[in-house]
Amino acid sequence: MSVHSAGSREVSRTAPMFAALGDATRLGLVARLGSEGPLSITQLTAGSAVTRQAITKHLTVLATAGLVSDLRRGRERIWELEPEQIEAARAYLEHVSKRWDEALDRLKEFVEK
Amino acid sequence: MTLHNTTDRIEKEIVLRAPQSRVWGALANAEEFGAWFGMKLEGDFAPGGRVRGQITLPGHGRVTIEIAIERMDPESRMSYRWHPYAVQPGVDYSSEPTTLVEFQLDEVAGGTRLRVVESGFDRIPAARRAEALRMNDAGWAEQLQNIARHVGS
Repeated sequence: MSVHSAGSREVSRTAPMFAALGDATRLGLVARLGSEGPLSITQLTAGSAVTRQAITKHLTVLATAGLVSDLRRGRERIWELEPEQIEAARAYLEHVSKRWDEALDRLKEFVEK
Repeated sequence: MTLHNTTDRIEKEIVLRAPQSRVWGALANAEEFGAWFGMKLEGDFAPGGRVRGQITLPGHGRVTIEIAIERMDPESRMSYRWHPYAVQPGVDYSSEPTTLVEFQLDEVAGGTRLRVVESGFDRIPAARRAEALRMNDAGWAEQLQNIARHVGS
């Protein structure tokens, strides 16, 4: 029976993702890639007080967590979101939401009986 | 599910075929609240007061919950703060941000409409959210084993 090992695989998959998002700069990068689509380092650095090197470092952390990926276009690297991973980050809220659905079903039964 | 999928809040709405006074009782009376929510609470709900208790739902182990009541407008509104899915036994969550849970009751034809909003999730540490998911996975793994044991016997 491997249900427990499936559970711990899930932990090792999601924990780095949440750690990666627990930083304002990285969260900002994810937000920009989410609203503007794939962007180059130059675009991501423009208008930011953070250096190109620092942005690259943050993107590497996000890539390690599976949240973003890059592809080389000419001399630039273009960064984009990995939607599947972002979707997984929403799983938490869905989980809490489901708990409310269950609780309200019990409330319905409780007050209507 | 709303279209603009915010990560900060959850909104629910349900119509209950029961008078507003009955629904209010199920929310405002700590013992009744615990009965449907799945908690054993000690003490009464009062604005500004805190009530502690244990989760009684299966698969939760011994977990203490603390509810800090903010407002209670009889038969109309009630709100409280708590630590969402503070489910790991032995962990002190008291210094961490809480979420706000708001209930709103309205009379509708044939019963009562209840709106529930839980907000403030964006302030919950990412590590805590990850842990809650992990606990959920562990919970499901446990449930699956219970089922396997049940059907296998």
